[in-house]
Amino acid sequence: MTIHQDVLQHVPDLPCDVEGPVFREPWEAQAFAMAVAAHQQGLFTWPEWAAALSHEIKLAQAQGDPDTGETYYTHWLNALEQLVIGKGAITEQGLHELQEAWQRAAHATPHGQPIVLENDPGL
Amino acid sequence: MSHDPHPHSHDHDHDHSHDHDHHHHHHDHDHDHGSDLSQAAIRVRALETILTEKGYVDQAALDLIVETYETKIGPRNGAQVVARAWVDADYRARLLQNGTAAIAELSFSGRQGEHIKVVENQDGLHHVVVCTLCSCYPWPVLGLPPVWYKSAPYRSRVVIEPRAVLADFGLVLPEDTKIRVWDSTAELRYLVLPQRPAGTEGWSEDRLAQLVTRDSMIGTGLALTPAQLAEEQTP
Repeated sequence: MTIHQDVLQHVPDLPCDVEGPVFREPWEAQAFAMAVAAHQQGLFTWPEWAAALSHEIKLAQAQGDPDTGETYYTHWLNALEQLVIGKGAITEQGLHELQEAWQRAAHATPHGQPIVLENDPGL
Repeated sequence: MSHDPHPHSHDHDHDHSHDHDHHHHHHDHDHDHGSDLSQAAIRVRALETILTEKGYVDQAALDLIVETYETKIGPRNGAQVVARAWVDADYRARLLQNGTAAIAELSFSGRQGEHIKVVENQDGLHHVVVCTLCSCYPWPVLGLPPVWYKSAPYRSRVVIEPRAVLADFGLVLPEDTKIRVWDSTAELRYLVLPQRPAGTEGWSEDRLAQLVTRDSMIGTGLALTPAQLAEEQTP
């Protein structure tokens, strides 16, 4: 806890936080970790990563994103996709097809069971 | 800025979250419904599939990274660095001269290979850290950045009117205190060494470290006073 939590809550401009969980949803943590891991394995350099991320943030701002920190991991995800495509690990089309396969797999998976790509009926 | 050789449309940017609330928590009669994943979760899984296939990630490594940054690093590493600098003048000198090396002495080192420069608050001089471009942050010592650090209002305003932004954080500095704003980059991150609060003579490093908040190391706050610490620890 910080001592000025009360103060922050009255500042509309600054999104505040408690010093607690920094990921709002599991996918955010997963996206975070994938970028760190892919960097460690040499897919891209950290300056390349920072450039990609700030590029995505600027694009989002230009499109009217309020950029309050809430959409941060969306920018993060965009940057990771673009780097993975830019580095030739997969084509944009290939990535799109993979996303559709996951979508089909999810729909084909009974609720409550683990969703795995093998459940894609299109496979 | 943009060297992106693959121009792309951003029509899938924003998560359409209208479809992610379909989870029923009563599992008895919806086995024929199939499951839903949010658009973001789908995209994350697709990336994970390809990165795993290419050998760039594996789930165990991912879990370890998340766990490390969420629970093991936090501001605690940074607080230990600061407390050591408060009690050990030689360490403090090394820290200010070469932050990266001095921090590594305590076995905290960066995953990204970035350098950390430590800037020292003094009477009449206060430092505050920002990353105006994105959100470069001294992760090895402070863990993951808080939401406001990543926000446009903080990133843009703190450069223009630092005094007003600090006041929003409840930190009102004397008029004649100079404020220096440090803009982080991918290669160089900053850590503020806050001033040691009065009334802490003879305290152990561990006890001192409790006074060192995350915000005091970003510069949006000061180290706690002994009275504030006592108040925080009162249930």
